[in-house]
Amino acid sequence: MGMNLIAKAEVEREAILAGTHFLSGDDACAEGAIAAGCRFFAGYPITPSSEIAERMARRLPQVGGVYLQMEDEIASMAAIIGASCAGAKAMTATSGPGFSLMQENIGLAFMTETPCVVVNVQRGGPSTGMPTLIGQADMMQVRFGSHGDYAVIAYAPASPQEMFDYTIKAFNMAERFRTPTFVMSDELIGHMLERVVIDPDKIKIINRKRPRVEPGERFWPFEPEADLVPPMALAGEGYRIHVTGLTHDERGYPAATEPEVQERMLERMLRKILDHREEIIEYEEVELEDAEIVLVAYGSTARAAMRALRLARERGLKVGMLRLITCWPFPDKKVAELRDAKIIVAEVNAGQMAREVERHARKPVYKVNRLGGEPIHPDEILRKIEEVAQR
Amino acid sequence: MIQEGRSSAALELREVIAEHHPEDELLREDRIPHIWCPGCGIGVAVTAYLEALKLAAPKIPLEKQVVVSGIGCTGRVAGYVSIDSYHTTHGRAIPFATGLKVANPELEITVFSGDGDLFAIGGNHFIHAARRNVDINVICVNNFNYGMTGGQVGPTTPEMAITTTSPYGNMEEGFNLPYLAAASGAVFVARWTTLHFRKLRDAILHAFSKRGFTFIEVIAPCPTSFGRPNELGQGLDEMEWYLQSCVIDHQANLKEIGLSMRKDSKIVVGNFLDIERPTFMDRYQEIIKRAKAQLSGR
Ligand SMILES: Cc1ncc(C[n+]2csc(CCOP(=O)(O)OP(=O)(O)O)c2C)c(N)n1
Ligand code: SF4
Ligand SMILES: [Mg+2]
Repeated sequence: MGMNLIAKAEVEREAILAGTHFLSGDDACAEGAIAAGCRFFAGYPITPSSEIAERMARRLPQVGGVYLQMEDEIASMAAIIGASCAGAKAMTATSGPGFSLMQENIGLAFMTETPCVVVNVQRGGPSTGMPTLIGQADMMQVRFGSHGDYAVIAYAPASPQEMFDYTIKAFNMAERFRTPTFVMSDELIGHMLERVVIDPDKIKIINRKRPRVEPGERFWPFEPEADLVPPMALAGEGYRIHVTGLTHDERGYPAATEPEVQERMLERMLRKILDHREEIIEYEEVELEDAEIVLVAYGSTARAAMRALRLARERGLKVGMLRLITCWPFPDKKVAELRDAKIIVAEVNAGQMAREVERHARKPVYKVNRLGGEPIHPDEILRKIEEVAQR
Repeated sequence: MIQEGRSSAALELREVIAEHHPEDELLREDRIPHIWCPGCGIGVAVTAYLEALKLAAPKIPLEKQVVVSGIGCTGRVAGYVSIDSYHTTHGRAIPFATGLKVANPELEITVFSGDGDLFAIGGNHFIHAARRNVDINVICVNNFNYGMTGGQVGPTTPEMAITTTSPYGNMEEGFNLPYLAAASGAVFVARWTTLHFRKLRDAILHAFSKRGFTFIEVIAPCPTSFGRPNELGQGLDEMEWYLQSCVIDHQANLKEIGLSMRKDSKIVVGNFLDIERPTFMDRYQEIIKRAKAQLSGR
């Protein structure tokens, strides 16, 4: 035996695909996971995310990891939570229908504070929708898809390079805050081939906090430290912990009929993320200084928005862009600062993040939407910019 | 423990109130009293498991023993056993345990859950874990109904049995679990009742020592939700009926051991199947070797 997948303090350098490569977003995501120390992947094939599973199936055994193709996405999600409880960094990847199936166990990961990463390469929905074509319509599902209240960390990469970088980031934030995190990619980014630069010296890794007492000493698995995050004991270490999806107290014991425990524990779980908003939230600002019109976009749509911005600037229009990298927690303060500008939100859905932008800008926004199947063309955004500039 | 051959009236007179349960060391004492009804069979199954843990301890230290449950009355087992214990979602204990085991093969993992949890909502996971031969143990407390939610019909409820959602009798046939487990690929398959405490304990102990997917069905009374409407009476009455109706047959033809739980029927129990087959991790070691060889060959 001997072999286990428990994450080491450092990722073995030879496991990382150092160098400059021409990679698809899906492949870059898999390489990011391996560079972050992920050694367990459980999944179920689904377009347009299957290439992640395929690359993990090829790469994980090379680095001593395990690829496990489960019977469905419910099992995949359960398996990565289990693997993480044993100490592995674990990931699954899917698209709409599979993401729907994962929702209950995503809730289990939140409730049990188990770090893991879920990648959703979005396609057109609802239901089976448009398996091979782009969508960005799961942005609210990732925020609210499981039942109950919870706070989410979700990234929307806009290139294969960012698929690599933000898969690592997703692992780091999952470990840092003991929470599931999400990479909300889309078909265009997943299948796009681009240059990806991987420099092992620049990769920073965060590992979960471990108990500071020996087994046998008093250890409560859900007793938080000052940062509101409890250190995590692994299965098999001798702490004899109990972990449950029921409302539980700091000892991990069920308290399913005690509203005060629910208030205390759930509030902490929300706050451990929301109080660290500033640490988590990332966005890109493009020419916002003098902007009278601000584009808000994310994922592949941000690339079209960028092009539209250039074309508009060439025409003398004062256009800027806020590119969301962290969609959740939502960059509420930054968006509130944009209130004086005219805001255009472009996304491949019926207006999901637009609603959130409106909520924080406290005014209606202009929208450019497609319902899936086709990316938004820069010209469509440009037309909207010109139309808005007239008002 | 029940003494074979005594009447339930005699047993009722021998009420003993003890300060400590002999397995206290392995129970989370601060979580007692438990939620189970008087006469419920789950406690017997748990005690057999605890004894097996103790007996196995010289070989498998308690730190390496892990119990994983789904949701249900039986699902609460994980909450009372004082080892690393995980209470997951309804039906998903097996895939969770699969992840745990693969990530740390040193762990001895037992999934302890109910018939509804493991064979209705979780049925797909069961057959696939058995097929993969993941090295975990599954103990199913089969009480022929959804105890926790008020006694509804489930995947093992016998034909024509009365439950709260089959008030005129169950129109479906229940699963024959040992047959299902064997066909799916389990390497050890047993069925005992809560009357067969020692046999059950020994079967669990044997499951610990097996490499691969093991399955033990524990026929157990649920007087509250199944016993009463189906004329099996209280817990002890049902145990007495086990005494009369159980036939030990290790060689039984698994096809023929489905259960009707009618008073005039037999319950065939035994350690039915005990074979060897490479486990998932055995095969995976080979895969890792191949992958590394290919990598260095390039
Ligand atoms: C997804 C989901 N559906 C339904 C339930 C409600 N539920 C809780 S326990 C249970 C049935 C448990 O039956 P079984 O596994 O036989 O356990 P028992 O209570 O009989 O020991 C159900 C349906 C749930 N918790 N989750
Ligand atoms: S309802 Fe049935 S299974 Fe549940 S505790 Fe009561 S007797 Fe046991
Ligand atoms: Mg049951």
